[in-house]
Amino acid sequence: MTTIETVEKVGIADLKVTKIPNLLKTSGLGSCVGVVIYEQSIAGLAHVMLPDSTTSSKGITNPMKYADTAIDLLLDQLLSEGTRKSRLKAKIAGGAHMFSFQSNNNMLKIGERNVEAVLNKLKEHNIPVIAQDVGGDKGRTIEFNIYTSMLEVRTVKSGVTQI
Amino acid sequence: MAELDKLQGQHLDVLREVGNIGAGNAATALSGLLSKKIDMNVPAIKVVGFNELMEYVGGPEQVIVSVFLRIQGDAPGNMFFVLSPEEASSLVTELTGATADNLEENELAISAISEIGNILSGSYLSALSDFTSINMQPTVPNVAIDMAAAILMQGLLEMSQENDYAIIIDTTIEEEVQQSKESIKGHFFLLPDPDSFDEIFQALGVEVE
Repeated sequence: MTTIETVEKVGIADLKVTKIPNLLKTSGLGSCVGVVIYEQSIAGLAHVMLPDSTTSSKGITNPMKYADTAIDLLLDQLLSEGTRKSRLKAKIAGGAHMFSFQSNNNMLKIGERNVEAVLNKLKEHNIPVIAQDVGGDKGRTIEFNIYTSMLEVRTVKSGVTQI
Repeated sequence: MAELDKLQGQHLDVLREVGNIGAGNAATALSGLLSKKIDMNVPAIKVVGFNELMEYVGGPEQVIVSVFLRIQGDAPGNMFFVLSPEEASSLVTELTGATADNLEENELAISAISEIGNILSGSYLSALSDFTSINMQPTVPNVAIDMAAAILMQGLLEMSQENDYAIIIDTTIEEEVQQSKESIKGHFFLLPDPDSFDEIFQALGVEVE
């Protein structure tokens, strides 16, 4: 193959769709969740921060920030590239609980809530979740290879895994 | 809530003063702990997007040692005391006399860092609370050693509900350098919740639109 692969970097509250042979990467997921939706030659990655867009009183300034709106947007982009919804699959990582102290502040459970919101939204769209690496108290950097459909999860504490 | 995107010079001056008062007191506390002179830099007020903030701290994957605590009371918010792993090790060594490599598996080192963070953040907040007459109480501190983005985003969640940027009061305290020796630098990041800005501005007599 002569095509040069590039790593498409996805920021916080951001999403991107790309095709083979490019890689998709997002860095430093804590309570945020990285959602990869893919099929054979194309994939999209969203880095979501918060579970629910309906809690914002100011209106949604960035739909890529919330699990519900980001996944809808990611699907729209994938479908507009000609993918068929029935062939799409998902892998997710993140949703950690970085700090473990007692408080009535429900922001500390945001990781769990993000994961739950992402799973619910994927279920609503009938997209099967093939693999997930969520929870715990570690930050994660993830990189998705469309060609192998493997998601590499890198951490400071427990090394690198492929899911 | 004040429209935070309309912050003006006078507001930034107030926030800079907040950083000065807090970190000044923390520097004095650290100076007492180490019996050394500690310098403080002019506070930087950063109003930046989330991704920009990560670049500011050295990239989202940069490993940092952080002491995090939540501020409760009338102007809630989040506070971090952040060091590089090397600086955290040196600080522990200076305080305890023990070498502190491999921080994560070193319970004594973690506990020392937590205590330092606790004392310094406590000094920061009590000075701020006295100055503004706003009731502020820190929670028990929590130490984490991990990627900057993973750690700092926890402190931005309240802000991110309604906004796409962070307002950070960043003050650095630094050991006065002796010849040919690396100085230890620590950052205080104070991140008031969105509604707390009104409280702070009003307490210090600045009109909010």
